[in-house]
Order: sequence, then C-alpha cells, then structure tokens
Amino acid sequence: MFERKVPVPIMLNRIDVPIMVKIIDVIQETDNVKTFTLDISLNAKPGQFVNIWLPGIDEKPFSVAEDNGKTLKITFFAIGEFTKKLFACNVGDKIGIRGPYGRAYSWKPNSTLALIAGGYGAAPMYFLAQKAVETNCIIYFIVGAKSKNHLLYLNTISSLPKTFLHIATDDGSMGHKGYNTEVLEKILQKHHIHQVFGCGPEMMLYSVFNLCKKYKTEGQLSMERYMKCGFGVCGQCVMDNTGERVCMEGAVMTTQQLSCIEEFGKYHRDKEGLKKPF
Amino acid sequence: MADLSVTFAGVHFTNPIVLASGIMGITANSLIHVAHKGKLGGVTTKSIWLTPHQGHKNPVMLGTEHYFINAVGVPDAGIEKAKEELRIYKENKSVPLIANVIASSETDYGMITEAITELEPDLIEVNISCPNIEDEFGKPLACSRVKAAEVTKICKSKTHIPVVIKMSPNVENPVEIAQACEDAGADGLCCFNTFGPGMLIDLESRMPILANKVGGVSGPGIKPLVLKMVNDIYKAVKIPIIGTGGVLTGKDALEMMMCGATLVGVGTMIYYYDIQGFVDMAIEMNDWLDEHNIKNITEIIGALNR
Ligand SMILES: Cc1cc2nc3c(=O)[nH]c(=O)nc-3n(C[C@H](O)[C@H](O)[C@H](O)COP(=O)(O)OP(=O)(O)OC[C@H]3O[C@@H](n4cnc5c(N)ncnc54)[C@H](O)[C@@H]3O)c2cc1C
Ligand SMILES: Cc1cc2nc3c(=O)[nH]c(=O)nc-3n(C[C@H](O)[C@H](O)[C@H](O)COP(=O)(O)O)c2cc1C
Repeated sequence: MFERKVPVPIMLNRIDVPIMVKIIDVIQETDNVKTFTLDISLNAKPGQFVNIWLPGIDEKPFSVAEDNGKTLKITFFAIGEFTKKLFACNVGDKIGIRGPYGRAYSWKPNSTLALIAGGYGAAPMYFLAQKAVETNCIIYFIVGAKSKNHLLYLNTISSLPKTFLHIATDDGSMGHKGYNTEVLEKILQKHHIHQVFGCGPEMMLYSVFNLCKKYKTEGQLSMERYMKCGFGVCGQCVMDNTGERVCMEGAVMTTQQLSCIEEFGKYHRDKEGLKKPF
Repeated sequence: MADLSVTFAGVHFTNPIVLASGIMGITANSLIHVAHKGKLGGVTTKSIWLTPHQGHKNPVMLGTEHYFINAVGVPDAGIEKAKEELRIYKENKSVPLIANVIASSETDYGMITEAITELEPDLIEVNISCPNIEDEFGKPLACSRVKAAEVTKICKSKTHIPVVIKMSPNVENPVEIAQACEDAGADGLCCFNTFGPGMLIDLESRMPILANKVGGVSGPGIKPLVLKMVNDIYKAVKIPIIGTGGVLTGKDALEMMMCGATLVGVGTMIYYYDIQGFVDMAIEMNDWLDEHNIKNITEIIGALNR
C-alpha cells in the first residue's frame, strides 16, 4: 500500500558533484572556437548538455558535441571571462564536469531529417546526425555563419554517410549568401522532411519555428537560457508563460511546446531574473 | 478520501504542502506551473529584496543522495520586478501565495514588508536566516533573540497581512527565539532555513566546490534535526508552524505534522523526485490517513505520543 510511485530518485543516473577530468585532445576550429575531448563518458545523448567547472572561477553549460562511450567532446566559443579561461586550457589539464542534463533530441529511424545549425550549434547537430544516420536516416544538414572562416565542422559533417551538407554565409564567402533559414525553406519546399532539428541563436530558431509551422513539419529546437543548477531546482531558466524549465523540459523543446511559450524570440532573463529583450 | 485542508494564520490551504522559498520561485509563471502540476497547497516566492541584489557565481548548488547544499546568494532583481511577477500570479488565481522577503537591516525589513503588502500576498514570510550571505551581512538576525524580535515588530507594524518569521536552525536556543518572535507579534513561524553553512570539497583540485565556498545544507539528511526542533518549538508556542526541511515523501510530511507543523514546506525534494513528487506526497498522505481512518488531517497536527 505504502510504496513510492517513483521509487528511484531521478538524480541517480548522472553526476551532480563535478569531477575533474583530463583534456586529452584539443582542436582549434577557428580563431575563437575550440573543441576539447575529455577523458570521460557520461552516456550523454545528442541534445543534452553538461556543466563545465573551472575551480575558483565559474561553471557554465555546454552542449555535448559527442559522447562515444569512452570520451566526451565539447565545442565552444571564447566570448567572455569563463570561456576565455577555458580556451586557454591545454591537453593534460583537468577541468570539472557534471551531467548529462536536459532532454535529448528524438528522431524517427528511417526518416528524412533537416538539421540547421548556427554558431556552436554545428557541434551538437553533428552528434545528432552521427547517431541518426546509424538508424538509417537521410539528413539535410545546413550550417550557417558570418563568413567562410567561421563555419564549423564542415569536414566532419561531409564525412557522414547519407548526409547532404548545405552552407550559408552572411557575406557569401561560401555557399548561399544570406541566412541559413532561407536554405532550410528551399529544402522544405523541395523534399519531404519528417522532422526539423535546430541549434543556434534564438532569432534563427524563431525563424525555424515559423518555417516548421508554415510547412507543417515537426521541429525540435535547442533552447538557451541563463542556467545555474542544471537539474530543475533553482528556477533560473524558466520560460514565460508556461513556467517550463529549459534544463528539464528542454533544452531540446518541440515546436509544439514552443508555440505556448510567449517569451520565445522576444526576451530572456539575466541571472537576477530581469527580462532582457533579444 | 481524507480532508487534507488546513488553515494557517487565517488562510485556507487545500492541502498542507507548500513550495519552500528559493526553489523555482523566480517568476510568477514558474510558481503557477509548479502549483498546478504539483497540486500544491501553496507556494512561496524566492526571497525578494527592495533593490537588486547579485548572487554568487556558479556552482551555486550541489546534490547528493543524502543531502543538498546551496549558496545561491539570494540574487533578485528587486521590488519592481517582484511587483510585475506577483501581479501576474494574483491574476491567475492560483493557490495561496507566501511572499518571502529579505533585507540587510531592520529598517529595510520594514520597508520591503510595506512594499510587498501592496501586492496582497496571503502571507508574508520574513527571511532573517539565510546562512549563505554571512560574508556580506554577518550572522543572520535570526541568531539573536533581540534582533529577531525587533524585525518581527517592525514588519508587523507595516502590514495587515499575517507575518511568518523564517527561523534559523543554527542557534543554541531555537525555542527562545521562537518565543521572542511570538511575543513580538509573529503570526506564524517557518522552521527552518538551511543548516550550517557547510562545505563540500573536491579532492583533486583541493577546492571547495561551491563558488561561495560554503553553503546551507538541506535535503533528507536534515530531517531528523528539523523534526526534533519543530516539536520543541511546537510545545513552547501557540502560533502555527510551517515545518520545513528534508521532507521528501508523504510519510515525511505526516511526521512533520505530528511533530507540530500545520503546513509543510518542501524544496529540495524536487531534486530527487521532480514536481511529480508533490503529487505523490499528497496521495501518500491521503492513503495513510484513510488506512488509519483519520478523516481530517488536522487531527494529526502535534499528535505525537509521548
Ligand atoms: C543548454 C546550453 C548549452 C550551451 N552549449 C554551448 C556550446 O556547446 N558551446 C558554446 O560555445 N556555448 C554554449 N552555451 C553558451 C555558454 O554557456 C556561454 O557561452 C557561456 O556561459 C559564456 O560564459 P562567459 O563567462 O565566457 O561569457 P559571459 O560574458 O559571462 O556571457 C556571455 C553570454 O553567455 C550567456 N551565458 C553566460 N553565463 C551563462 C550561464 N550560466 N548559462 C547560460 N548562458 C550563459 C549569456 O547569454 C551571456 O550574455 C550553451 C548554453 C546553454 C544554456
Ligand atoms: C536552492 C535553494 C535556495 C533557497 N533559497 C532560499 C531563499 O531565497 N529564501 C529562503 O528563505 N530560503 C531559501 N532556501 C531554504 C528553503 O526554503 C528551505 O528552508 C530549506 O531548503 C529546507 O527545506 P528542504 O530540505 O525541503 O529544501 C533555499 C533552499 C535551497 C535548496
């Protein structure tokens, strides 16, 4: 009679107190982007994220760019205090990690998928593509950036089977001149796409969301909000007006979920909870 | 079906489970979401300051199977943001709202209480016991009988809404402090804030893991300590108690009530069982009461045999 409905605490299948792991490989992707391979697997799935800790400095969330059961990769931009310090780390250094957190992407095997990436988004999208082709999916992979020198993961993506790579740059230095969402629209017009997946700046995601609506295609998008705990307690990353937490009811959110979220594409909140328009 | 409803300082709650302060309490929509999905009796806002206050860097909280530790540093955007959020909360007509306020001086406690009164929360909870901002403000006011009473008096003089004082467990004489608050006019007590502060270290880097180095301890490990002190206080005061600390299950909540709590504050539980855990708690409480043929949950408040 008196048994718990949820007998196992939800926190048992992840690491919540950071552990120090070695950086075993570093790839400099562009001037300000690096990929670290870490000596750990968290059995993370595409779309999930981890929190990286630099003792005495800070801790920040990063998407998993690959977890192959032995090692885990993150790809990050050096943009502020924390990521600049992280950027300065070398092979052999140890950094703290905990996770994995958040919902993962879920795709239908044997289907045709469109993946659209801006910024660091190419990394987690690559992880998704890698897993999806294993389940016999065909993939249209669209990568966008300011210019040719900022495009990420082109070689890795090109090496995937059953994957068609499309490129868009703002200045036209490579691929389509303009937004990557313009490329997505053409693909949605031309091919029968079962699901759309997106990771990148919010305004890009907002256009992707609108395209999904227009072409009546299911979409899953990676949301970003200021995060603290990563496991649903602090309430920092909640979105108006459903009150859903990006770390728990995201970071991957369906377009259906997002259609109820008023702040999507409009504003986010800083670490004191104050609204900041995009 | 047993009747789970209770009345606390004149406010009616359909069940005794309330969300504790600082957990998912930053926005109105967050509170509404948890209240609805968790079928809660009531919710408490995160501590609200008069003016914006920055928190600590990350990591701000860490969890293990046995305990939880946090030093968020009570970040808040101040009363103007709170006004907007509380208005949204009121418009949605959700469960009773406990507005938790914090300040750094006795006068400011009066001002924030006055400001929050305009928004008509159902109860005002005065946080004088946060253990993780000691570096900034020194020992919490809740650690002194005289200061706790002074704050209570000032807050009471600024509002017509019932005032609940959030107590610190980190004192030698919790019963005396509780009595001092009661004598000063408090309408209820919230027992307790987090314990400590404590520390968690990383062997490898030889560093405390919380950015603030130390933080308040909550979760399952503190339950026995809270039960004992709640019972001591229950026997010494007449005002009702929100028993808070380490409650994860319906059984835990019933134990807290047997020790004398009228409402049960629950925060860290979310870490273990997420929002669904609240729903399960209420079901368990009801099942236990039915099994023991108790029609009304109020019958078990303070019903500890001795
Ligand atoms: C789920 C998720 C996954 C992410 N994945 C990646 C990734 O794979 N690669 C990558 O380069 N970046 C990723 N980010 C963003 C990354 O967390 C920020 O770039 C980083 O926190 C910046 O810190 P900073 O100190 O260098 O810069 P700051 O100058 O402190 O901040 C720059 C901007 O980064 C964002 N930011 C800062 N702190 C946080 C925080 N605690 N939580 C969320 N956002 C924050 C804010 O928008 C801020 O304006 C991800 C963010 C989230 C929420
Ligand atoms: C992450 C976190 C943040 C908290 N923030 C506040 C706060 O802002 N104000 C406050 O009065 N108590 C705060 N508390 C204390 C809780 O309200 C509660 O008193 C304590 O955690 C014990 O209950 P629990 O074991 O059910 O969490 C916080 C606790 C946690 C875990």
